Order: sequence, then C-alpha cells, then structure tokens
Amino acid sequence: MRLDTLIGSARYNFESGYIQKAVTFINGDLSETTLTYTEFFQQAANYAAALENDGIKAGDLVVLVMEQSIGVMTAFWGAMMLGAIPSIFPFHNDKLDRDHYFTNIRQLIGFEGVRAIITLAKFESDLRETLAGLAVEIITAETLTGEGDPALYFSRPDPDPEATAFLQHSSGSTGLQKGVMLSHRAVINQLRSYYDDAQLDENFVIASWLPLYHDMGLIAGFILPVFSGLHLVIMSPFEWVRQPAMLLHAITRHKATHVWLPNFAYNFMATRIRDAALEGVDLSSLNAVINCSEPVYAESHRAFLKRFAPYGLKESALKVCYAMAENTFAVTQTPVGTSRIDLIDRRRLAEERSAIPAEGDTPSMEIVSCGVPISNTQLRIMGESGDVLPDRHVGEIEILSDCMLTGYYKRDDLNPFHEGWFMTGDMGYLADGELYVTGRKKDLIIVAGKNVYPQDIENLLNDIPGVYPGRVVAFGIPNTSLGTEDIAVLVEGANDDVPEDDDQRGAIVREVRGRIAANTEVTARYVEVLPPRQLIKTSSGKIARSANREKFLDGLSD
Amino acid sequence: MREQIREYIKSDLIHDKKYPLKDDEDLFKGGLVDSFSLTELAVFIEETIGVSFADPELTVPNMRTLDHIIRNIEAKQAK
Repeated sequence: MRLDTLIGSARYNFESGYIQKAVTFINGDLSETTLTYTEFFQQAANYAAALENDGIKAGDLVVLVMEQSIGVMTAFWGAMMLGAIPSIFPFHNDKLDRDHYFTNIRQLIGFEGVRAIITLAKFESDLRETLAGLAVEIITAETLTGEGDPALYFSRPDPDPEATAFLQHSSGSTGLQKGVMLSHRAVINQLRSYYDDAQLDENFVIASWLPLYHDMGLIAGFILPVFSGLHLVIMSPFEWVRQPAMLLHAITRHKATHVWLPNFAYNFMATRIRDAALEGVDLSSLNAVINCSEPVYAESHRAFLKRFAPYGLKESALKVCYAMAENTFAVTQTPVGTSRIDLIDRRRLAEERSAIPAEGDTPSMEIVSCGVPISNTQLRIMGESGDVLPDRHVGEIEILSDCMLTGYYKRDDLNPFHEGWFMTGDMGYLADGELYVTGRKKDLIIVAGKNVYPQDIENLLNDIPGVYPGRVVAFGIPNTSLGTEDIAVLVEGANDDVPEDDDQRGAIVREVRGRIAANTEVTARYVEVLPPRQLIKTSSGKIARSANREKFLDGLSD
Repeated sequence: MREQIREYIKSDLIHDKKYPLKDDEDLFKGGLVDSFSLTELAVFIEETIGVSFADPELTVPNMRTLDHIIRNIEAKQAK
C-alpha cells in the first residue's frame, strides 16, 4: 500500500478497514479492547468534531494530556483530520511533584499558544486551575459525543505538505522543552522510507509498551503501523514496568512480528521475568526486535537471546536502529542479517579518536553497529576543525534527509543546522557504510530511555542548606547489569564537619534525592557529600564534569 | 527481616551504607527506589525471605515505606 498523505492513509484505512484490526489495547488486568480501522477513525472523527465545536481550526496547537490508551491515539488523529497540530504530553503520575509538573505545563502551553487540551476527567480540575487566564479550551474524553462524521473531514482538501503535521517535544528532564516541528511531507517521507528499510509488510503485527510522548513510541509504536494499516498491540509503559511479561504474552497471543525497545528493556526482561511468568510464551513470530534510543550494549543482546531463545526467539531478529525526533524517527537500521559488532582498541579511541580494530591483548571495547542509513537519509562525520572525516575517525554525526524537522516551534533562536545538515550532538564513526555511535558531544545522561541533562539536576541542588553553593556535579555512569546509565551526584559540604556528621550528611542526601525525585522522572543511584574543595575545577573555575566523573569511576573500581 | 531489607536498600540500591533510612520514610518520593529498583527489591525479598510478590502487587502504595513492605510480607506469611 502506498499513500501520499497522512489523511489519505486514514481515509483509505477507514473505508477499507471494517474487518482489519487497527489497535488492540492490553489493560493492566490483561483484558483487551480491539478497534477495527473503521471504528478507530470513527472515534477520531468524534474528537475532530469536539475540537471544531470549540472553535479549533486548522493550524491550531492541540495538546493531549492522557494516559496511554486508545483515546489518546484517536484524539491525535482526530486533531490531524481537522488540520490542527497535535502533541502528546506526559501525564501527571504519583511520583512527579504536582506543583512542578503543572508549573511546567502552564509555562509551555502559554509560551507555545496552545489552543486546546484534550484530557481525562481526573486531570481536568488541576488543569483548569493551572491554566486559569489562558485562552485554552479543555475537552475531556469522557464528555465526548459520538457525532463526528469521518466522511466530512475526509472530503476536505488535504493539508499543505509543508504545513506542520504534529510536534514532538524533546524529553529534557526539566525546563522549557523544545517542540520539534515535523511537516506532513517530512513524516510521509520517513514512513515510506522506513516501511521498506524495516522490511515491513501488510501482514505484520507491531507490539509496543513505549510511551507515546517519545519519538520511538510515537512513530514506531503508533503512527507507522496506523498509517500502514498494520495491527498495533499496545499497553501502558507503567503496566509493563510492573509486569514486563505482559509484552511477551501479547506477542505470543497476537503473533507479533516487530517490537522496538530501548537497551535497558533487554536487561530488564532478561533478568526480572520469572520462569513461572513465561508459561506459554512463544516468540517465534518475531522477525525483528529493534534496539533503539539508548546506547546499545552487545552484552544486553546476548543476555536477552540467552534468556528467550528457549522461547523461540531467533538470533536473526536482533536488530538496531539509530533514531531521533529531529529526523522524524529512524536515521539508520540494521540491514538483513545479523548485526555487526566492532571490536576496537580502547586506548586509541580515547587518545586518537580513531576506531582501530583491536589486536592481540590490547584493551578493547565492543561497539554494536547501528546499521546503514535509511534510503532517504545521508550521514557524514564532522571533525572539530570542520572537515568531513574518513572511515573509522570519530566526530559529530550529521544527517541530511527529506524527513528532517522544519525547526523548533517558536524557537527561532535555536538553529540546529550546519550547511543544511542537522547536527545530532552524537559522536560516532562510519565503517563499511555502517554507523557506530561512541558517545555524545554534550554530557547528556540517558537513563532507561529518558534523556536527562546534568545541568538540570545540578540547578535543582544549588541552594541546599549545608551544601557549598554551586559546588554540585551530576553525571551518568554505565550500569552494565541494567544495560543503562546510573545517575551519580556529588556535592561539597559547606565545611569540613558536614560529611563527617551523620545527621547533617543524612539530611543533605535526603534533600538531594527528594528534590531529584520530585522534579525529574529519574532517581539518583549514588549521592555523595564530599569535604570542601574536593571537586575538580577547570582552569576557569567551573566544575569539571568529566574529570569528576573519571575520578569517581576510579574510586568505584578500587 | 526489617534490618535485612533496610541494609539491602542502603548497600545495593542507593550505595550508601551511612544513610539513616527511617521506617516510615517514603521510598519513592524520597528518590530511594524507582520502578526498576522496586523489581530488584522484590527479587531480593523472594530470595532471602522466601515471600514473593506477583507483579501486579508491586505498586507504589503497597511498597511505599519500609513499614508498608514489612506489613505486606507479614500478611503473606500469615496466610
């Protein structure tokens, strides 16, 4: 099936999909709800009608604050059927500090000029209070009437290909997030290219627990299958974390062929699912288990394969994708066959920034190939002096494609392009046409698929009583048994007595952990209170994050 | 049992043996345990105390404090 527009695909799937399953949602009690494509777009039209009744027009921004559900997906398409621009926000949960969450929402909604919010009754009063004084309509899913006529919306002219289809918000931990603007043209180019590169076919079934407010969940775990008329089997990330085997049972029951996962999920499922929970699991239907959105560890793949090969998992199914919201989603994908692992000389990587195959007993490291660029995307590796680097030299990864972002919404101050190429901020090298990612230009930490900027954490901790103001550093360190990074925080006490006094020290550690938990989606695994003047500073007097990280890692291995 | 679990949280989950972890301290709001380390804690309890929690029982309200955890273990042992 080849379709030229998002709305065209919706029309086709609505008209021909009265038997074809669109989405199966698996609830926490493992019961299921399934909608056909015809039913799915009928519900979407109900959302389009509700928005139109409230005066929302083409080009208006519509934010969805809903739990993972069929409703959030139909609302998203409903907004697009009207020509409005939807964006899915994380919803409030138990762990996030209420004040912080709602302050952030108000800031972002006011700044971006959002015209409508679609939410659930249980979030409504908080949102009304938070957004008082802003010209934004609030629609709750529960009050929706079934009056939308899909044919009405499908009969309208298609949107301009250069118009923004939707926004993906970057997953920074705190502060004003950036809205990545993606045009209809960019999204279609990504979907059509990636459909072929991921070797999809209309009989395939996608299983996903990924949150829809991140690019991997939004595109691979929602828009790609619904655009392509595939069957999507989806569940809430919160339920999956509590009972990870539910994904494997969903794959078994629906004979799923494709699943996308961040690296930590391989370790998490390999080590945390008990044998008893695996009864009846059969993973032989899986053509592709695609590792995406975090650094990929070969060890994680091996652990996953060892644990699940007895349940029918094929080694050839293990694949890798390098992706980012700014290219709509995928940049590279493992080609047919098993993914390659490069064994390189660790010392020469650090000292010469070159990736030379390791020989003999030299200290080495494994780097997993992310595969080759998808057919509409080009890659180059840029050196510090502005030269394009040859194979096996490490530099910043830059991409050029017909599916890149238009820009960041209302952030003309940010220009992520260099000679028309998008600067990813990731470091890596090319070898035989395949991309290997070695790290990041900045100190971004990725914890279980969530991006965290260390400066956001440090800024939360500057005024804690007993801490020397400004003498705080946060960084990520690898946790190979979990297949992701841990956050470590070091603070200097205000005087020599503080780290020695158990009460004072305990109070500081408690405050550090509590503030991070309340204001971000992550927790710190390590918090240490050091005597004054123990943190390493640069010659200009700033705290040297990477030097402190190296020193801390040396201390751990002693 | 209470001290075993307290020591495990301190030494394995937060790597801080000196931390004064209280019985009624909120493990989640306090940033000591998250959804991933909660499953690690459940495996520890199963292996050392022999009480297992089914995945749907591993919720924040059930496991919010050391007191809650002990109460839930004792309730299971009494059955």
